[in-house]
This record gives sequence, structure tokens and C-alpha cells, in this order.
Amino acid sequence: MLAQRKVGFLNRFYLIEVIRGLWITIKNFLFHEKVTLQFPEQRRDYSFRYRGQHYIKAVNGVENCTACMLCPTVCPAECIHIVAGERPDKEKYPIKFEIDSLRCCFCGMCEEACPKDAIKLSNIYEMSQENRTVWEKEFLLEQRGNK
Amino acid sequence: MNPIEIGIMLGKIVLVLAGLLTTVPIMLFMERRGSALMQNRLGPNRIGPFGFFQAICDAIKFIFKEDLPPAHVNKFYFSLAPWVAVIPAFMTFAAIPFAGPVTLNGTQISFQIANLDVGVLYCFAIGSLGVYGIIMAGWSSNNKYSLLGALRSSAQMISYELTLGLSVIGLMMVFQSVKLGDMVVSQGEALVSIAGVTIPKWGIFIQPVGFIVFLISIFAETNRLPFDLPEGEPELIAGYHLEYGSMRFALFMMAEFVNLAVASGLIVTLFFGGWQLLPGFGFLAHLLTGAGVIQNGNLVVVLFQFLSFLIKVVFFLWFFVWVRWTVPRFRFDQLMALGWKVLFPIALANVFVTGLLIYKGVF
Repeated sequence: MLAQRKVGFLNRFYLIEVIRGLWITIKNFLFHEKVTLQFPEQRRDYSFRYRGQHYIKAVNGVENCTACMLCPTVCPAECIHIVAGERPDKEKYPIKFEIDSLRCCFCGMCEEACPKDAIKLSNIYEMSQENRTVWEKEFLLEQRGNK
Repeated sequence: MNPIEIGIMLGKIVLVLAGLLTTVPIMLFMERRGSALMQNRLGPNRIGPFGFFQAICDAIKFIFKEDLPPAHVNKFYFSLAPWVAVIPAFMTFAAIPFAGPVTLNGTQISFQIANLDVGVLYCFAIGSLGVYGIIMAGWSSNNKYSLLGALRSSAQMISYELTLGLSVIGLMMVFQSVKLGDMVVSQGEALVSIAGVTIPKWGIFIQPVGFIVFLISIFAETNRLPFDLPEGEPELIAGYHLEYGSMRFALFMMAEFVNLAVASGLIVTLFFGGWQLLPGFGFLAHLLTGAGVIQNGNLVVVLFQFLSFLIKVVFFLWFFVWVRWTVPRFRFDQLMALGWKVLFPIALANVFVTGLLIYKGVF
């Protein structure tokens, strides 16, 4: 139902209200704080729990990941592809660890499922790419957070 | 006409054309930054000082964009329409004086391209020609939204042309002329003097009601918000220029901005004393002449007159932007009701009352 608003006597002339409106606009123009963030110089601080670009945590240059396949299992977007292998110093490790950046929905379930605290989602949110990038293992091993 | 006069005339035409073309980037700047600041944003501020050269980038983008007419349009009228919109916009300024006459070496120069006998009427006649471009664009686009925009525009123009014309009749009666040059000269006379402060005979002081009606009508004439129904984005996408891209669209935008400049020029000329000096400028000119900076006193005065005119016009250009981001768009029936049921009777009553006052000898 259309609510009938009560219009005051002065409001009926409209012009007076327009002048009041003009005053409000010019007040905003002159005095109000501007909310724009000048991006490349100023950056917005996101919370520590923000889920951005992935990385695999490494200790002394060795990745924490043991290729247990829990993250590709839990991944709802099916964007993680792991090929497991063996190494003398480490029983099981990922030969290939790929994340399809276009398929990933940044839900963070891989991070929750990981028993070794290996895969992490960092705070980085600038992820523009020029092609359909698949993040390889070397790229993911760059430590870009301290989670 | 001797060669000197022809040269002066050509100089004036070039000056006016260049001035009007310069209004376009200035308006773009004012509109984009002004609207941004009013909405508590910053707006484009990266290119040049305060983002002033953003307009140049826009122009370059428009020029290098592919000009692709859609397959279903009438090619001839489609490409003709932007020019039909933009040329009358420039032509209207011919009758508007932008500085007082000056005598140099025995040659009188009047800073007005043509002091036509029909003056204001010429401005209104040519100004209303601009709607043909819009109708042409709407019709040839072969698109229902464009056509609706064009239809609205024509209905709006016809309704508001009437009030626009009626609102200045009072002024014509008081000044007993339709020549814009004469009207500006008579606006320099004093209306009343109270305790040393002289209130000039500016149009706004003798015709306040006429001014308000004129202002509202000119907003409708230039298709600006709150009356920009021909291109109402929520319901018509972009209205008459929906199918246009690249430089053709830029021409429509140019026409809109030049129309704004002409409208501001008309408001200033009719109601704010045209090139009559702003308060304080007379003193400044006197000071400059006294100090001997420039020998020819008349030239200094003309310079200040031109500056006064410019400042007034720029204020009204700003006012158009200011109102745009304050008042929301009218519904079409509200627009028509305002035009025919409110402004038209007020304008008629204004003419009647002015006649009565002139008969009683007030003016």
C-alpha cells in the first residue's frame, strides 16, 4: 500500500525545499570528509582472517605438505591438483601442487582441512592476472604471510 | 564593410567558438569532480593539476574508439543527427554580448557577433532547433527506447518553450527592447539607491518571479536534471543517444554542454546584467588605470566587463551541476503538470502584473 506522507505547507512550494537541498549538497561538497581511498598509495587493511592468495607453509625450505590429499578432497571447487611422490628425507611430498586460480572460490576449507598447517590463505587481495593462471608449486611456496 | 571590420568580425567569431569549445572540457571537469565531491568521493584527480586534463584523455578515447553504427539504423539520419544537435547550440551564442562596446583608433568594436533586432527571439528560435537533432537521433536509431526519449524531449521542449518565452516578456516590457545589447545597457542603470549602496536595474531585481520561471524552464530546455527525461537512465537506458558511440556520442555531449553555456549566457544577459561590472570591479579598473598599467582606460574596463560576464556564466554553469546532484528526476506527468498548471499561469500573471506596474509608472 502506498503510504500517504503528510506534506507541510512550506513543502508544497517545493522551491524552498530545493534551496534547503542545495545547502545540504554544498555542505557535503565543502566540508564533509571524503571517503575515497587512493589505491596504489593507500591500501585498505583487511582483517587477519581475510582469505586471499594461497601459499604453502615451509619450514627450513621444506614444505609442510605431505600430499595427504585432504585438501583436494574437501575442495568444493575442485581446483587443487596434487601429484604425490617420495623423497629420501621425506616419505611423501607433492611433486605437483597446482591451484587453478579461476576455479578457486576462496572458501578456506583447504586451510581448515589441512592436518599439517601447510596450505594457508594469505592477506593478499591483488590477484589480477593477464591469463588463466594455474598457480604452480614454486609460486605457492613463496611465503607471503605468517599464518 | 572594410577589411578591418571583417577582421574584427572574424576575430570575434573565433573567440566565441573557441570559448564555447573550451566550455566543454571545463564542464566535464566541473561535472565529474563536482559530483564526486558532493557525493563525498574524490573523482578523477590523477591527470594534470586537480585532474584537469582528464577531459583531454576522454577526448582522445572518444576519437580513437571504433565508430560502429548498428545494422538496423537509418545510416543517413543517424550520422546527421549529432551535427543537427551541435550546430544550433553554437549558433545561439551569436546574439549574446560578452563585453561592452569599445572605440579603438576610431573604430567601434561591439563585443557581440550580431546585434540582431530580434535578439532574444533569435536565441529562443535557434535554441529550440536543437530538439530536431534529438528527434532525428531517436527516430533513426530504430529503437523503442531512443524513440521514447525523443518523444519525451519534443513534448518537454514544446511545453517549456512557452513558459520560457512568457517569462521574459516582462523584461521586454520594462526594457522596451528585445535587442540583447540594449537590454544589457539598460541593466546598468540604477534601480534604487539606499544609503550609498546602489542596486542596479538587473533583471533579477525587477523580475524575480520571471527569473524563477525562466530558470526552471531553461533547466527543462537544456534537458538537465531534474528534467532530463529524454535520457532518463532508469527507464530509458540512455534515451535518444542509446545507439551512439565514440565521437558521435561525444558530439551529443558537446551539444549538451554548449547548450548549458548558452543557457548560462542567456540567464546572465537577461537577469544578471550581462557584462555589467560586478561590485568592486569598477574600483579595480579605476585603480589599474590610475596606476598607469594600461594606458587606454576603456580597454581596462572592457577587460573587466568580459571578466564579469565570464564569472557570472561560470557560476551558472556550476549552478547547473549543483542542482543536478541535488534534485531527483521528475516523473513525466509531474513535469507536464509543473509546466502547464504551475509555471504557465505564473508566467501569465507575471506579464499582467508587470504591465500593471508599468502603467502605474513604477518602472
